Formats: sequence, C-alpha cells, structure tokens
Amino acid sequence: MNGPMSSETTAPDTFESFTEAVPDAKLEARGVDFFYGKSQALYDVNIGFQRHAVTALIGPSGCGKSTLLRALNRIYALYPGQRAAGEILLDGENTLERGVDLGQLRAKVGMVFQQPTPFPMSIYDNVAFGVRLYEKLSKADLDQRVEESLRRAALWTEVKDKLQLSGLGLSGGQQQRLCVARGVAVRPEVLLLDEPASALDPISTAKLEETIVELKSDITIVIVTHNLQQAARISDNAAFMYLGRLIEFAKTDRLFDNPRARRTADYITGRFG
Amino acid sequence: MTAVPADPPATGRPSRRAVSRGSTFDPIFGFLCGAAATLLLATLTGVMISLAIGGWPAFAKFGLGFFTSTRWNPSADIAGGEFYGGAGPIVGTLITALVALVLSLPIAVGVAVFLTEFCPRTLRRPIGIAVELLAGVPSIVYGMWGLFVFAPLFSQVVETPLAYWTPPPFLGKGFADFWNNAVIGDLVPNGSGIFAASIILAIMILPFMAATLRELFLTVPPKVRESAYGVGCTPLEVVMSVTIPYVRRSAIGAVMLGLGRALGETMAVTFVIGNAHNFPKGLFSGGSTIASTIANEFAEATTPLHTSALIALGFVLFVITFAVLAIARTLLNAQRQA
Repeated sequence: MNGPMSSETTAPDTFESFTEAVPDAKLEARGVDFFYGKSQALYDVNIGFQRHAVTALIGPSGCGKSTLLRALNRIYALYPGQRAAGEILLDGENTLERGVDLGQLRAKVGMVFQQPTPFPMSIYDNVAFGVRLYEKLSKADLDQRVEESLRRAALWTEVKDKLQLSGLGLSGGQQQRLCVARGVAVRPEVLLLDEPASALDPISTAKLEETIVELKSDITIVIVTHNLQQAARISDNAAFMYLGRLIEFAKTDRLFDNPRARRTADYITGRFG
Repeated sequence: MTAVPADPPATGRPSRRAVSRGSTFDPIFGFLCGAAATLLLATLTGVMISLAIGGWPAFAKFGLGFFTSTRWNPSADIAGGEFYGGAGPIVGTLITALVALVLSLPIAVGVAVFLTEFCPRTLRRPIGIAVELLAGVPSIVYGMWGLFVFAPLFSQVVETPLAYWTPPPFLGKGFADFWNNAVIGDLVPNGSGIFAASIILAIMILPFMAATLRELFLTVPPKVRESAYGVGCTPLEVVMSVTIPYVRRSAIGAVMLGLGRALGETMAVTFVIGNAHNFPKGLFSGGSTIASTIANEFAEATTPLHTSALIALGFVLFVITFAVLAIARTLLNAQRQA
C-alpha cells in the first residue's frame, strides 16, 4: 500500500489544505484519524458529503481514499487492529461511538466493491438477500422491490428471464451491476462505491456511471475512483487526498478547472500519481 | 537480503549445454515418475483383485446371503454348519460411521466458524495447530482411552440411567416402541456398543473435519464476506447465507473424507463396540464393524471358508470406502473448477 510518492516525504511537508464546507451534509467526517495497527493511514480528515449528491474521492494509490470509505460504514471493524478516531456523523449521529448497531449502520450505508462480489445464490436471491434481513415483505412486494432495484441498476432487461439462475453465471459487468442492485435494494441512505468500474469494460462502465447519476436522486453517493475523467463526469463534489490527508475539497468543476493546492494541480494534470 | 554472488563468467555456449543435459535426464526422470505412478496403481489393483479372489469362495457359497444374513457361525459342530453372513458387520460399519458423522459435523462446523470468524487473531494459530495435531493422534491411543476412561464413564453417566429410564406415557406408545427397540435395544450398561463406538469415532474424525472445513472457509474471498456484512448481516447470517453456501460442494467432499476415515477405522472401534456379531438391535446394543470383525477373528480363522469370509468382508469395505472417497473427490474437484 505504499504510495508511489512516499519516498518524497522525508522533507518536512506543510500539506497546505483547502476544503470547502458543503451545504446540507448527510454524512460528515470530523477530525478522523485511522490506524492499521500502529501505522496511521488517515490524518485529521474533515469532509462533508452533500445529501443527494455524488462525492468523488481521488488521489494516488495509498493516499487513504479507500480507507476513508471503509471508515464510513465501519467495515474495517471486521479486522482486529484497525481503528478509527474522531467523529463520523450520519445525520448528526456519531457512528464511531461504541454501541452503534453495525448491522443497522451498514444497512443505511451500503457498499459496493472494486471486484464484483455476487453471493453463491440466484440472481433474485442476491438482490432480495439484504431486504429479507431487515424487512418482512410479501412475495409480491419483494418481487416488486427486486425488479425496481434491478431496473435502477440498469440490469433488469438483461436478467428478467433468468432470475432463478446463479448470480455467479453473469458477466463481470453484470455481476457488478447486480451488486449495485443488491446495495440499492435495502434502500440505503448512503452508498459507498470503491472503484466500482475498474474491473469493467467501457460499455459496462458507461452503464454503471448512468446508474450512479440516477441513484443520487434519493441516495447520497461517495465514490472512490482512479479515473479522473470518471470523477469529472459523474461527481458534484470532489476531494483530493494525498498521503492520508485531505488536500483539497471543492465542487468538482472548481477542483478540476481551478485547483488551489499545488499538489492537486500536479495530480490532475498528470504530473504525478 | 544477502548479496547474490555474481554469475560465473559465461562459457560461450551455455544454452547448448542446458539443452543437452535436459535431453539426457528428462526422459529418465519422466520414466521414473511414471514407474512410481504405475507401481501405485498396480498395487491398488492387485489388492483389489486378490481380495476378490480370496473372498470368492465365501461369495460363491453364500451368494446374496453373505450380505443379508446375520448368522455368523464359524463352528461346523453347531446345527447348520459353518455359515457366514456379513449383514451385522456391514450395517454396523455404516451405522457407526454415519452416527459419528452426525455427532461431529455440527461441532466441526462450529470450530471452523469460530476459527475463521470470531477467534482473536493471536489465538488463531495456536488453536489451528492444536486441531491439526489432534488429527494426527494414532487411533490405538483413542481406542485405549475409549476402553479405560471413556467406557466406564459412559456406562455410569449415560447407559445406566438410560437403562432404567422408561419413556413417560404422554410421549405415546409409538415413541416408547421406537425407544425400546431402535435406541435401547439389548442395552447392557458396560460402556460399550454401537453408540459408544460412534462417539469415539466422532472424536477421532472431528479434528480432521474441522481442519478441512477451516481451510475451505478461508477460501471465501474476503470481499464477499465484507459485502455480506456491508448489507447489514450479522456474523451468523454471513456464515449461514454466504460462507457455507460458498463452499457447499467441497464441504460435502470434506465430510465424505471424514466418513471414509470413520468407515475403515479399526482399533478404536474394536475396543469399544462390544464385538457382537448379530444385527445391532438398537443404538446402544453391542455390535461389530467390518474392520473390528477382521481384527478380532483373523488370528482364529482356521477353516478356509472362515478366512475367505473375512477377506470377502475386506473386499466389501474396500468397495464402500472407495465409493465414498470417489464421490468426495468428484465433489471437491467440482468446487475447484467452479
């Protein structure tokens, strides 16, 4: 996980930082530090994720963007030795506190990974899986929810005749959209996407991006991506991270057209990273 | 890292040298490996054929009766003369192995789940190693322990109370009949019998199955587990809905391997099964397995027919075990390709 630039940090670095406050933050990190055992991966990250908007996290490998994402639904808590400090507020409630029901939290803050992760069950059951955990729906309602979720993930027309077949039999792009459908089906308030398109071909990527833009009508979306064009295309706000620090956070147009931090400018013009 | 010594100066034609060495030794090496493989196959086939030939007199004389009759009578002086029906040991073998499997499977799954989902990282290795060591304890040790420690305890704590227990009337006559016939049978509370043997077998195959299942659970990609947690699953839901279904086929294979071990286990069973030749009347009756019968009687088999009957039993065990392992192998391979 060493960033390509880590050798440059021997000189003291001031990390000039420019962040803008967002109106109406659904989810907000305040002074978040993150540790993998003894090594620190995030330093005092402050960022707000605007309600019903897409926020992109960009930066070179190892900059901490995936780590920040994993802190937002506390999926890191599966692994002993990983911990976060500071506050992460979901509608004003600190989710990092002890005693938070992690199941409930993750049902509200869903996640889709870089590699498609269909479960070993039918397409229908994959989508219905999370719904069944938290809601008792009639067969008809569940059918409807599955259809709605698959439509929102732009997968319905491709799978509607084979819902009972295994999800493992779909192509990579379809599997990824299936995972999005699964994430959407539980009606999360926030959806975290960790480089969801990096394993997909261009056509699947385009479909997925369309899906993401449509989803933001009622879901707050945070996406980690290595693809700057993708970030520019689909996000409303963008954050540039570097060596575990949030360097710049602004409206996407502003960040790409007129970056204020030198490092941001270097990164988006391809001078490093 | 230590510095790698510089290569010796090139001789000018290194590639030709490599080619000539390879072309000399590769065929020999290949031949030796092939010979080893052939030897193994030949041995196995030889064992199978010699068992079939050795058992033929018994098969020929008793026909289907060898599989269906429970009369096992080595003495020509008793009415009916020498007669060997293997139904008792064959059924005993299958029952003890299956009961052992039923007893140990839930615990093995529990151990594997604990080691992969709940165990603190620092304890993972020690417990994992302990489980693997247990899998290597020789069966004679389990047998001795079973006879000297387990059987007296089992007699006192389980069998004696059961022998005096009558099912309360509200459970109905059906249950009472089932209880008296299929479970208690002709229970003698001396700590031995089908069920005692099954427990010892269960203890023996438990570490093996737990270790195999743990390996399988570790093959579930971490991201798939995270995804399940990511939609709000509890650990129990992750295990039941994702982890176990993910390895279902190969888990069945692992269980069959355990079954294979239980089927052929000799010493531990011989010590505690009670060595009765008749058809086991109930779970707590004395009984025998193929392996225990052979171990007990081979030294005393004086007539050719008796010897042949024992060899025939061996052949049956060979076929049963072979079939179970073949199925297990097929299932495991299917999972690897999926």
